[in-house]
Amino acid sequence: MKRLLTAAVAVLALGSGTAEAAEGAALPDHSWSFEGIFGTFERHEVQRGFQVYREVCSACHGLRLVAFRDLEALGYDEDALKALAAEYTFRDGPDDQGEMYERPGTPADYFPSPFPNAKAAAASNNGAAPPDLSLIAKARKGGPSYVRALLTGYEDPPADVKLPEGASYNRYFPGHQIAMPPPLSADAVDYADGTPATVEQMATDVAAFLMWTAEPNLEERKAMGIKVLIFLLVFTGVLYAAKRKIWADLH
Amino acid sequence: MSEFKSNNAVIKWIEYRMPIFSFLDHAIGRGYPTPRNLNYWWNFGSLAGVALVIMIATGIVLAMQYTAHVDLAFDSVERIMRDVNYGWLLRYIHTNGGSFFFIVVYVHIFRGLYYGSYKEPRELLWILGVAILLLMMATAFMGYVLPWGQMSFWAATVITNLFSAVPVFGNEIVTWLWGGFSVDNPTLNRFFALHYLLPFIIVGVVVLHIWALHRFGSNNPVGIDAKGPQDKIPFHPYYTIKDAFGFGVFFVAFAAVVFYAPNMFGEPDNYIPADRLSTPAHIVPEWYFLPYYAILRAVPDKLLGVIAMFGSVCVLFVLPWIDRSPVRSARFRPIYKQFFWIFLADCIVLGYIGANPPEGMFLIVGRIATAYYFLHFVIMFFLSYVERPRPLPSSISEPVLKGGGATAGAAAKPMEKA
Amino acid sequence: MPESANPGHSGEGETRRDFLFLAAGAMGVVGTAVAVWPLIDSMNPAADVRALSATEVDLDPVEVGQRITITWRGKPIYIDHRPQKEIDAARNVNLDELRDPQADADRVQKPEWLIVIGICTHLGCLPKGQKVGDPRGEWGGWFCPCHGSHYDTSGRIRKGPAPRNLDVPPYEYLDETRVRIG
Repeated sequence: MKRLLTAAVAVLALGSGTAEAAEGAALPDHSWSFEGIFGTFERHEVQRGFQVYREVCSACHGLRLVAFRDLEALGYDEDALKALAAEYTFRDGPDDQGEMYERPGTPADYFPSPFPNAKAAAASNNGAAPPDLSLIAKARKGGPSYVRALLTGYEDPPADVKLPEGASYNRYFPGHQIAMPPPLSADAVDYADGTPATVEQMATDVAAFLMWTAEPNLEERKAMGIKVLIFLLVFTGVLYAAKRKIWADLH
Repeated sequence: MSEFKSNNAVIKWIEYRMPIFSFLDHAIGRGYPTPRNLNYWWNFGSLAGVALVIMIATGIVLAMQYTAHVDLAFDSVERIMRDVNYGWLLRYIHTNGGSFFFIVVYVHIFRGLYYGSYKEPRELLWILGVAILLLMMATAFMGYVLPWGQMSFWAATVITNLFSAVPVFGNEIVTWLWGGFSVDNPTLNRFFALHYLLPFIIVGVVVLHIWALHRFGSNNPVGIDAKGPQDKIPFHPYYTIKDAFGFGVFFVAFAAVVFYAPNMFGEPDNYIPADRLSTPAHIVPEWYFLPYYAILRAVPDKLLGVIAMFGSVCVLFVLPWIDRSPVRSARFRPIYKQFFWIFLADCIVLGYIGANPPEGMFLIVGRIATAYYFLHFVIMFFLSYVERPRPLPSSISEPVLKGGGATAGAAAKPMEKA
Repeated sequence: MPESANPGHSGEGETRRDFLFLAAGAMGVVGTAVAVWPLIDSMNPAADVRALSATEVDLDPVEVGQRITITWRGKPIYIDHRPQKEIDAARNVNLDELRDPQADADRVQKPEWLIVIGICTHLGCLPKGQKVGDPRGEWGGWFCPCHGSHYDTSGRIRKGPAPRNLDVPPYEYLDETRVRIG
């Protein structure tokens, strides 16, 4: 019985295990506010991260799965959202004359990508298209911790490594040679709440923001989970008592 | 056992015209005598039924929101996750439900292996079960393609390419499967249609599976047929409540995963939209396919690898004729019991190998584990003739009355065919 | 079901047992209902659909006497910048004559702006009258070509098979020149 259980646990643990040939270094530890059973997003952290995205990352990286209206969850009110959306212009139409036209954004619109298509993105960026960031925190092993580590992991290459033209050396990127130059430098962003904008701070904030863009329903999921699990544990207990009661006369 | 009776006028009216109530009573009610000694390993059949219902229910509402087109599929799934009311919950239930369906079915199968549930007269029941497993595998494979992530696309490419190994017609078959010259929109569309269809075929085969089951009733842990009514108890209320408790435990485990580790079984690469010009570093199927993947890659020849992979499941069809021991339960087959555990360990090793690249030590171990997998069945065949089983108890009730233990039945005929 | 082995305790034991089964049954029903709700609610309008459920219109460019058509929730909305003649015609009506009696004042928030859903309440065609040169029917409002319903300058049915006046969508003025429909 015990052997079967151990075997079962081993099977479950296999789920995500793959050996990486050219793995980046082990990720530094960081505890996120959204980890664990009671995890939630820290509003100010995510807002700061949004600011980093807008002022630094959006030059090259899109966020096409996030609509302006989604930002309401971060604490922006309706007027702020309308103003934010209106800063962007979108192509729409055709109008009654059959022409396409430009219009300011509305909250129902999605964040635009900086490039019209993937090939244009690659051509402008050394042949490597900057990926859209909407899901990056779930699309990489290590999740938001990987994103944070990557952004702080730029360093000089060891003596025996020769970097190709345009590449940078990053400790945590698998294979260590990354096409993206270090995007963050101290005080690249002037935080609205006055927090000192160190590279580590910005990396942490933007990683938290990107975890939100990847899983906007995280808080609802965990809150619901607690209620469901408590109900189920009680219910299963009641069912077990009923089972014992019914079987009592047989034993 | 008991005959169905009711004083309710409505029930009597329906029953007279369509005897569904007495039917249900004989199927899962007080009118279905069941061995009294079933342990918790017998809960996994009903759990598989629950998992199937969950998959169909969530699948139908998800299909209302999903778009099966290569340009729209990935985004339609993200729309479900973000904008559809409870969409994230339904999607996570569906993907993790698939994993839990396989967990439950694998336990159900290994229960059958241990207790000899595939033996006479339940051979057809077993065969129908293996058919259900194959249908599940096809359904799961096609379902994984639908989100059109990197793993979706490349797993589809790798597995459909395998059919080119078929002699003479291989390439035509692959083109036919694809509906084109590579995995593309026609492939996605037909996988969606079939993914929606196959679960209902599974329901049909499950009906046959239960029909075959009810012909002789469940096997039991000592593997001896019931001698009389003293060996049985009515399914309701004893096993209905026990199954209900089993559901509770299942749901607790399921909820823990859905709400707190919803991406545990998944691959991060599948959150990247499919890119036919960029192959992921490691193409890995979902965990429940890893053992077969290991077998496939252990064999150096493409066609033989495909045959070995399908053969590893199809050999189960003929298991009742491979294992000819007249004793059902491993409780009374001390040598078979050891080989059972080794076989289980071998399957787990194969699963671990499947998750790793087929090189170096992984390849060597994978080849040994693959060879042993098939060797197990050869051993079974000879073991049937060579093994001396322990003496069987004289009846199901007897070990309970005499305080348990197989040796209590020493006076009974040893090697009694159950 | 076999009786309890201790008849002396059966009264209390049975009550406790019944409570247990009642609790189990009740929790099962509640749990099932809670579990089924997401399946049903997922079919309700999703967040992106709800986001498009309101449309803002800038009325500033619409001249007096001009009529424009905009789309709201997939339906056409007729906006009429009514000249005084049309407003007077809409008001000078004996409500008893109307098939669907409604005072004009009850159908508009500002008398110079009529906002109605441009779908004939008969069988769903789009009444004519929005474009210059369109027939407007005998009351100067709109005319539905499908089966000949005539609507007046308040969008009320006057003649023809339509049973109800043109529906008024929910709307509110955000300021002097902008209105939000929905």
